[in-house]
Amino acid sequence: MNRRYQSWGRYPQSDQSATVLHWRTLPLPIAADSRPTVLPFGNGRSYGDVCLNSEGLLLDTRGLDRFISFDPEAGILRCESGVLLSEILALTVPRGWFPPVVPGTRFVTIGGAIANDIHGKNHHTAGTFGCHVRCLELLRSDGTRLRCSPSENPDWFRATIGGLGLTGLILWAEIGLKRIAGPVLEVETIRYEKLDDFFDLSMESDQKYEYTVAWVDSMARGKQLGRGHFIRANHAAPGARLLNAPRYRARIAVDLPFSLVNRTSARMFNSLYYRKQARPRSTGLAHYEPFFFPLDQLLDWNRLYGPRGFHQYQCVLPLSSDGREALRDIFNRGVDGGMACFLSVLKVFGKHQSPGLLSFPRAGVTVTLDFCHHGERTLQLLDDFDRVVLCVGGAVYPAKDARMSGSSFRQYFPHYQELERFRDPQFSSCFWRRTTGTK
Amino acid sequence: MKRKLFLFGATSAIAEATARLFAADGGSFFLVARDPDKLNAAAEDLRVRGAARVVTAAADALDFDRHQQLVDEAFAALDGLDTVLIAHGSLPDQKRCEQSFAPLRHEFEINAMAVFSLLTHAANRFADQGFGTLCVISSVAGDRGRQSNYVYGAAKGAVSIFLQGMRNRLHSKGIQVLTVKPGFVATPMTAAFSKGRLWASPDQVARGIHKAVTYRKDIVYLPWFWSPVMRVIRLLPESLFKRLRL
Repeated sequence: MNRRYQSWGRYPQSDQSATVLHWRTLPLPIAADSRPTVLPFGNGRSYGDVCLNSEGLLLDTRGLDRFISFDPEAGILRCESGVLLSEILALTVPRGWFPPVVPGTRFVTIGGAIANDIHGKNHHTAGTFGCHVRCLELLRSDGTRLRCSPSENPDWFRATIGGLGLTGLILWAEIGLKRIAGPVLEVETIRYEKLDDFFDLSMESDQKYEYTVAWVDSMARGKQLGRGHFIRANHAAPGARLLNAPRYRARIAVDLPFSLVNRTSARMFNSLYYRKQARPRSTGLAHYEPFFFPLDQLLDWNRLYGPRGFHQYQCVLPLSSDGREALRDIFNRGVDGGMACFLSVLKVFGKHQSPGLLSFPRAGVTVTLDFCHHGERTLQLLDDFDRVVLCVGGAVYPAKDARMSGSSFRQYFPHYQELERFRDPQFSSCFWRRTTGTK
Repeated sequence: MKRKLFLFGATSAIAEATARLFAADGGSFFLVARDPDKLNAAAEDLRVRGAARVVTAAADALDFDRHQQLVDEAFAALDGLDTVLIAHGSLPDQKRCEQSFAPLRHEFEINAMAVFSLLTHAANRFADQGFGTLCVISSVAGDRGRQSNYVYGAAKGAVSIFLQGMRNRLHSKGIQVLTVKPGFVATPMTAAFSKGRLWASPDQVARGIHKAVTYRKDIVYLPWFWSPVMRVIRLLPESLFKRLRL
């Protein structure tokens, strides 16, 4: 099986063929009534099965990696859908422009960023990636090319943002960038001791800081539950200089026969990480790479979880007291259920409405938790989480999901039937078949 | 250095990847390829990546009568020229070429004769002006004939020897003649092959070409490990080699 065509969690494994697309001017390499179905595949950074199409065909978009135009006055960039965020950063940061929204890795394609309507540490100020897409072109299996924007084919635009790659192939997109003075950020890290402190810090910081996020010691319990480091940052003013450029990168070069991530190693790592900062507050300058993409410094880190793969569970819960109680409940169940999680993240989403029909972010607090896949036991635990999330009206992120039930999905995303209407009849994914029961 | 480049086969994966590196240096380009839509997409990309100037011309490698004119147009469009990169190519169907001469001749004209024609015009103009770089993508396949692809190998071998002679002739004129010998590269030309560990990406090969042009190399194997590998293959005695299934 080709190692490239896996999802980041490496669960589930799926067997499919793939073809690399190189030119946006060419028709799709499929017959008019071809079976099986096709699915665009970017750079395989989604965790579950939204990027897989078992027994079907993947359209690998990494060959569509050309820039089309860039206006350095207005900060408007148009590029093909297989361009990576890292390639955009390399082009635009030296010219004083930054992507409006970046996720935790810069190795995602623009097409993937749109199809999953990704979010970042600035959701409370900027909304999702989809909020900054000005225009895109869709190629359907019947050969039609549709230009979509908030004013042109707006229904198609809404369905394609967060549309999981199902409305057709995104050929290119135009995005609005954000002015920056340089590659440096002013960062403040605050150690906090309990979950309520996180909410207080968020409330206080979201006014004045463009980027806020917390790393949580997911193994802590009782009074310490939810303790962690609150990180808040702004782009630095002109003239900020860093002594150290970004450091070296390492790579996990082999597939481990077992998982290095277990309860003992996770507990040790989390405790040490919590204590790594001696003072309760520290401020400093950071280059954007280690700040936004700390895990990109360890390439192929998903291999640490061994051959069975892992899950990243990400949900959003309301900010109400019920929501907070649900969050505590999830942490407690996680620790009881044998969760071994190195990096867990908390972030309060803002009220920005994404244009996307099936966009995941909504006002509330979001948490991510990583789990080694231990078969049925893990799936049970995550189903328990789902019940908690459903109870308080939350949602789970499809881009990170490999297991949620169809009924959960349909409650989290009541607009799914609308997306089904816009889905290209020849496009499908493992995720879509699993959660909607379509063929 | 901001180069003025003539790229033949400009929409090939290796040419595009290489051009991006020269575009980032602020180079100017005269791009030649068959398909105007693809040419346009490649040109837009280079402009965004920092190219000072990009001019395109749609032409076929087998249109020999146009070659001289294309070279002249490039000199005129860019106010001079200092680098020629010839990167077009076609991978013959070896079996078909064993059955009949017509396809073999066709492949040889694309992979070898078209290169000779372009080089003849470009070399004379470079010799007149007393500077310039002639860079051609040959192949490790040209180092020794093998049953599985000797038609391609013969054409690339001819190109390598032609370049060797031209390098010898133009050295005293200050002209760099660079023979690039890639191994397996994952490009649209090789899409049908299943890829193992020996396969390189067009980006890897492009970085090697950019470096070799900059440091005025004569012959480069890309990636580097093909150099010792091909040395061993060239050293095998023919009495043994002819028995191998390669």
